[in-house]
Amino acid sequence: MTTKLFGEPVRRREDPRLLTGRGRYLDDLGRDALAAAFVRSPHAHAVIRDIDVSAALDVDGLVAIYTWEDLPDRLAEPLPLLIPHPALTHGRTAYPLARERVRHVGEPVVMVVARDRYVAEDACALIRVDYELLKPVVGVEEAAQSAQLVHDDVPGNVGARMVQEVPSAGGLDVREVIEDAPHTLAFRLDIERSASTPLEGRGVYARWDADDSSLRVYSSTQTSTSVRMAVAAKLGLPLPKVEVIAPDVGGGFGVKIVHPWPEEVLVPWAAMLLNREVKWTEDRREHFVSSAHERAQVQFVRVGFDDEGRVLGLEVTILHDHGAYTPYGIIVPIITSTQLPGPYRLGAYRVEFSSIYTNTVQVTPYRGAGRPQAVFCMERTMDRIADHLGLDRTAVRAVNFIQPEEFPYDQGLIFQDGRPLIYDSGDYPESLRMLKELIGWDSFPAEKERAAAEGRRIGIGVGCYVEGTGVGPYEGGHVQVTSDGRVHVSTGLTSQGQGHETAFAQIAAAELGVPLERVSVVTGDTRRFGYAVGTFASRAAVMSGNAIALACRKVREKALRIAADALEADPRDLEITDGMVHVAGTPGAAIPLATVAVLSNPLRYAFDEEAARATQFAGAASFDRPPVPEGDEPGLEGRDYYSPIRSTFASGMHAAIVETDPLTAEIRILRYAVVHDCGNLINPMIVEGQIHGGVAQGVGGALYERMVYDGHGQLLNASFMDFLMPYATEVPHVETAHLETPSPLNPLGIKGAGEAGVIPVSAVIASAIEDAEGIPIDKMPISPSELFDLRRAAS
Amino acid sequence: MKPPPFDYHAPRSVAEALDVLAAEGERAKVLAGGQSLIPLLNMRLAAPGHLVDINRLTGLAGVEVEPDGVRIGALARHAEVERSEPAAAAQPLLRQALGLVAHPVVRNRGTVVGSLVHADPAAELPAVLTLLGGSVRLARRGGPGTPAAGSSTAQDVAAGGSFVVRDVAAGEFFTGPLESAAGPGELAVSAFFPALPPRSGTAFREVARRHGDYALAGVAALVVLDDDLRITSAAVACVSAGPVPLLVDVTGECGHRPPASAGWAGAARAVQDRAEPEDDIHATAGYRRHLIGVLAERALRDAAREALNG
Repeated sequence: MTTKLFGEPVRRREDPRLLTGRGRYLDDLGRDALAAAFVRSPHAHAVIRDIDVSAALDVDGLVAIYTWEDLPDRLAEPLPLLIPHPALTHGRTAYPLARERVRHVGEPVVMVVARDRYVAEDACALIRVDYELLKPVVGVEEAAQSAQLVHDDVPGNVGARMVQEVPSAGGLDVREVIEDAPHTLAFRLDIERSASTPLEGRGVYARWDADDSSLRVYSSTQTSTSVRMAVAAKLGLPLPKVEVIAPDVGGGFGVKIVHPWPEEVLVPWAAMLLNREVKWTEDRREHFVSSAHERAQVQFVRVGFDDEGRVLGLEVTILHDHGAYTPYGIIVPIITSTQLPGPYRLGAYRVEFSSIYTNTVQVTPYRGAGRPQAVFCMERTMDRIADHLGLDRTAVRAVNFIQPEEFPYDQGLIFQDGRPLIYDSGDYPESLRMLKELIGWDSFPAEKERAAAEGRRIGIGVGCYVEGTGVGPYEGGHVQVTSDGRVHVSTGLTSQGQGHETAFAQIAAAELGVPLERVSVVTGDTRRFGYAVGTFASRAAVMSGNAIALACRKVREKALRIAADALEADPRDLEITDGMVHVAGTPGAAIPLATVAVLSNPLRYAFDEEAARATQFAGAASFDRPPVPEGDEPGLEGRDYYSPIRSTFASGMHAAIVETDPLTAEIRILRYAVVHDCGNLINPMIVEGQIHGGVAQGVGGALYERMVYDGHGQLLNASFMDFLMPYATEVPHVETAHLETPSPLNPLGIKGAGEAGVIPVSAVIASAIEDAEGIPIDKMPISPSELFDLRRAAS
Repeated sequence: MKPPPFDYHAPRSVAEALDVLAAEGERAKVLAGGQSLIPLLNMRLAAPGHLVDINRLTGLAGVEVEPDGVRIGALARHAEVERSEPAAAAQPLLRQALGLVAHPVVRNRGTVVGSLVHADPAAELPAVLTLLGGSVRLARRGGPGTPAAGSSTAQDVAAGGSFVVRDVAAGEFFTGPLESAAGPGELAVSAFFPALPPRSGTAFREVARRHGDYALAGVAALVVLDDDLRITSAAVACVSAGPVPLLVDVTGECGHRPPASAGWAGAARAVQDRAEPEDDIHATAGYRRHLIGVLAERALRDAAREALNG
């Protein structure tokens, strides 16, 4: 990197637009489109006996009503199982509209299209669906033991069962190791459901161009390229006739990587059929009951360790609640099982998970994607060991750390990308040292004593994690310098507020030696870039960042070659600074990049003064070779792809000090400290923003958020009134320190940062409450009412 | 999340509003700040045939501080009342409670009178009105030529046409969860919160899951001292402790003693014993009952301290 832009806390260029209401979100588009609305199942488990739409037919403004029986060909099939896996022996997905059976409250049964959303909902209210109720299967343990089946052909409600085992260095299996260990502990941990809950829900807006036989779809998605392929396949359209654009997207956090959602194929289909623009904007209740949740697991832990707290063997058995369907495969429990060892060298490790169907909303990745559960398990285990041995909690962690000289470190597991889980780099002892200093770990006992003297209860907690980021298979970047000197960057993955317009521009500006203002960035628009995977798994900076850097390097090489010709210099002597290509050390010998762009594209026709300089009588050409030399292309542009050998592993450690009210059991976070290592930082301000947002969601998961299902499979808190997303008033100030251990795996030496903040929060808060209260905390989230009950039970 | 069809009325005068309310009776709902009604409509939990939007009745926007108390018009927003220095001086419990009502953006739109008429037993203002012994003034269309009852106050409401007003005391106003004495055809035009007596103090303590949420439990307290600075009366009103705000007079439990030696713990137990909290997804009834005791004691002690300082 030659210029300062890379690594600078550049202010986010998208913020003035987004913060002043000038964003263009899905519902801001298509003001004249017809509106779709859905009749959704009010029952968790039922057979559909009859659908009577007659009462709705008289509604003024009604355009169409569709049920499963109306769906043609491939639309009538179940939606795709996106990530098949050999262990997922009984993967099941939903139909776009329910066929004969509904398996969770909120499953779409009927689609109504009408003049506007009000009318569409009026019509929905008049449609009568006759259900025969079945016994709902709710709760993962109940489901694992229930004779009642969510899917008739899935025995025991088990969708998948998977074991990974790493024996000890001496070849003993985990159970033997634990039997022989000087100390053993066994316990159970529980984590409840939460969800991504982006402030903008899902949404689809489709325009069919009958004259051109082409379809344009706008979707609030994390993957426009894959939605495009899915829509083309489901509707039987040639791929070049479908374009999909992710406009401004108001948060994704995982739920919008799932695709195609029923609405993503139904709305375009209706638009084609009706030859009218059709739009559907998800409302909050729909989002709660018909998109996706995550987190819920029950974990059974057995651990054997020595006198210093060294883990000799760890065995974890996980019941994972998958909800009614498995469109995203078993990525979440795979990540839980493989990221569970964290920064530690475990003597031996065995993990088994069963992924269980229940009559609840399906479970797909939510920021953290199985890691918060993994870290909760591992870090609760570390605290238990420390407690058992009477050791400092950080000392137990330190004795188990993988050391800096041990990288690359092979955990012996197969990761979510099907590749070996090998940590590329990290410095865990240094992270812990920094964290202890930041939070004042060593002076805390005295602080705790002083507080106790005042009748106050405070406690400190700690949690460590390692996060596989930048998962493949690939991303690409396209960079074009136009004759006005502007640099147009595009990449196929999408943006949901991460600051890509800034971070990617910083990379391009630094690589090309141009001012940041000249660089513009487009993401998630298949018209601009057709090959991409999507934005998830903390991968955008690593994948597209590196692809854009590589594409810029191609452009730079070409620019220097053309400029060398024009300046009669050796390309190796040239530099690009501030948009000028110049001979190093020779003032005056320079040519603007804009002119290089002109020269790169020999023209017959002039349309402005710049273009005239590239036309055939302008005199610059050599007659010894064709205007575009063999193997070359017109234009100053480059395209490249980054496809990593495997994921790169970021890491971090958090600590918190909490206060619990001795009388009311209210829990307050007094301080929250983060040490974060995501390799080289492109923009520390953006990384800190990501951490703050992640911690905020983590606080939600630790103290506030849960999905409250009753025994009938009804979600009792499907609104922001009762699903308690924390407000700014509940989120503590986050103190952050960065450690930069570059990744050796990619040209920029970067690692992902998107999910990091959320991952250890439940573990950290549980650790701190336990320290304050002296009561084991095995279940998260925890409310004051629950803490009150724990106190009663303990006394 | 779109309301079912309704007819929208935007009357320009109280008389016009009362005409619509009289004509439509139970089919009509009054829209003031809309902070509760609009979500109910959007979730199709309420489906009134007629919405009577009173936001153009600017005559109802006043916050009048009178020697004996504060009269708050139906269009006065929470934020306005919260910011009013004269109102806070006359009755500090108003500001103490309003700071706990939702968030600034909600308080900018929501109205004090609207909150009273909504009669949510988890809300702060019904408890405040109950504790202070305030009242709500209701107006309705009278028959032709009927002289306006309570003629001294009729001009507060509007001119033109005849209508009947009645003042309903807080004790009779809250009749059940989300139920008040305001009948079909009636418009709550104002509420009256009595002023703080001399040598007295108030406090509001609550525990909510998040800042601004409806409280899991909350207690408003009023303590009055005599010239010797002994307690002559002490009472609390609790939120989320039953179907309507729970008023408990604890003067006896406190004893005719100075605050420093008052029987606060006994008073708190008495309040706890009277409470009928319920389980919900956020907290158990047992925890709420415990909280009511803790908060009652804290609120009473705070109120007594205020009384001594005042």
